[in-house]
Amino acid sequence: MNMFERQPPTAPTRLSHLWGAIKSDKLALLALCIFSFYCLVALLAPFLAPYDIDNPAFMDLINGELPPVWLGGDAAFFLGTDVQGRDILSSILYGTRLSLTIGIGAVLIQLCLGICIGLLSGYLGGKLDAFLMRYADIQLSFSTMMVAIVVLAVFQSMFGGAAYQQLAMLMLILVLGVAEWPIFARMVRAGVLAEKDKEYVDAARILGVSRSRIMFRHILPNTVSPLMVIITIQIANAIVAEAALSFLGLGMPPSQPSLGALIASGFDYIFAGAWWIAVFPSITLVILIFAMNLLGDSLRDHLNPNGGWR
Amino acid sequence: MSLLTLDKLSVTFGNFRAVDQISYSVEAGEVLGIVGESGSGKSVSSLSVMGLIDHPGKVKAAQLTFMGQDLLAMGEKQRRKITGSDIAMIFQDPMTSLNPCYTVGYQIIEALKTHQGGNKKQLQQRAIELLTLVGIPAPETRMSAYPHQLSGGMSQRVMIAIAIACNPKLLIADEPTTALDVTIQAQIIDLLINLQQQKQMGLVLITHDLALVAEVAHRVIVMYAGQIVESGPAAEVFSTPKHPYTQALLASLPESAAGKSRLMALPGVVPGQFDRPSGCLLSPRCPYATERCHEEVPPAQGPLTRQVKCHTPLDMNGSPIK
Repeated sequence: MNMFERQPPTAPTRLSHLWGAIKSDKLALLALCIFSFYCLVALLAPFLAPYDIDNPAFMDLINGELPPVWLGGDAAFFLGTDVQGRDILSSILYGTRLSLTIGIGAVLIQLCLGICIGLLSGYLGGKLDAFLMRYADIQLSFSTMMVAIVVLAVFQSMFGGAAYQQLAMLMLILVLGVAEWPIFARMVRAGVLAEKDKEYVDAARILGVSRSRIMFRHILPNTVSPLMVIITIQIANAIVAEAALSFLGLGMPPSQPSLGALIASGFDYIFAGAWWIAVFPSITLVILIFAMNLLGDSLRDHLNPNGGWR
Repeated sequence: MSLLTLDKLSVTFGNFRAVDQISYSVEAGEVLGIVGESGSGKSVSSLSVMGLIDHPGKVKAAQLTFMGQDLLAMGEKQRRKITGSDIAMIFQDPMTSLNPCYTVGYQIIEALKTHQGGNKKQLQQRAIELLTLVGIPAPETRMSAYPHQLSGGMSQRVMIAIAIACNPKLLIADEPTTALDVTIQAQIIDLLINLQQQKQMGLVLITHDLALVAEVAHRVIVMYAGQIVESGPAAEVFSTPKHPYTQALLASLPESAAGKSRLMALPGVVPGQFDRPSGCLLSPRCPYATERCHEEVPPAQGPLTRQVKCHTPLDMNGSPIK
């Protein structure tokens, strides 16, 4: 074997390293499986659901308030039906799809805004940094829920119910996305401040690499590890926030129910005996959020061997 | 025409003068050594040449030209074109000078792409040639190695490959061997000097290592507290130092204390921002200081090729001329 055929030692890439760590952690693996399962279900909802919830024929008052199969309900509706006779299982599948879309969409907006603002703020510094970070402080001092309630309520009363029904998902994504970017911006900025004085940045500057390329291609990849933790936790937060808003009647309309909207619509009947309308979506939501938080926790443990990041 | 000319270059951070009116020039094919203790402004002066002094630092100079082009007058874009292709720099710590997120090959190709362009295959080929040139074994496979898979010496070789990627006319090496162990130091310096002679580059070698400068440099500049206290041909400066500081530096080498019970050291520390003496900056520590040294700032004297900034320069025997 000649010397040139010898391979240099290969170290695992960051992702495969992380995968190895998660594989050895049973709880994290379980959380990842649950999350993947939810994503799969959300993607395939139209094929998996026994009924199409967008189809008006799907609603039939005769089937209203049927209990789950094992409590003597109709075999056609495994988890029972709601007041309007909609299949709970189908609603939950579509609801999960909506909830996840909103959660991930909102976090994508947070991430884009947070990364751009954090990079600019940390790398350029000076007055711009002071302005952006003070602005972030001010924005964080308003609770997300308060901002979202005010914006959504104003929007609803300005454009009326019909327009709102059409735009509800987009509005929720925008509101939740814009309200929480400072969390990402601060994290990115902290990473940039730690990285920007390292010599590889100077080396890149000497080479004549442009500023934006230095920021996005050289510094950003070195600051993403902690972001992965916040991404998972923020998705969970966004889903919960959306559920809360829907519960308050400011989120998804009853015609396109997310998990939160399902819980809200079932809540009225919970003491009338039809508990399954609210309970099954709640269980679905709780398991999802629990899994995401577990995943976030174990990512934090594995990405930061020193621990202690809170 | 000189490659690089500095005239009365000062770098200030607020009220503090990190570099105080230094002037020197580098010719093509010349090795210029800059020595001095930590904090004497060696690195800051070279960073200012590269345009890497950030706010609140300010660079002022009567002249700062590279091959006749005024570096201070030109826009940032134009300056970036010159630094990186015509002037390159390598840093002290090779382990932090490479971006941990990218492979060695990617980083060399990025350097090539920024200034030369070419298609993917050519770039790849050229990067492998560069790695071979700096003596990295199995360059094809090393192309896909990440910085953490390389030793310090290897990383420094890669840094050198990146620095010479665009055939620079001037290479500034800022303590290129400080972070490496002794056997590797010699290899890296050999490599630098070989490349310098092959390509007839100007080389500015900033270092603590006096023996190294004595061996490889043509000319040497001794800096103290942001000023050039002595300059001249390396052999001359080290055999017959004219400035008491240079003499003290040489005397503080362990080799020169052979047989003595204590290593010679200058008392005191380099003056900081708030305790700068009014006269000669070395006067509080200088064993030969006179009344005049404490009051008057000494001018640089002697012929241009051999200057010394002292009221009482030393003679051939190492004692002050009265």
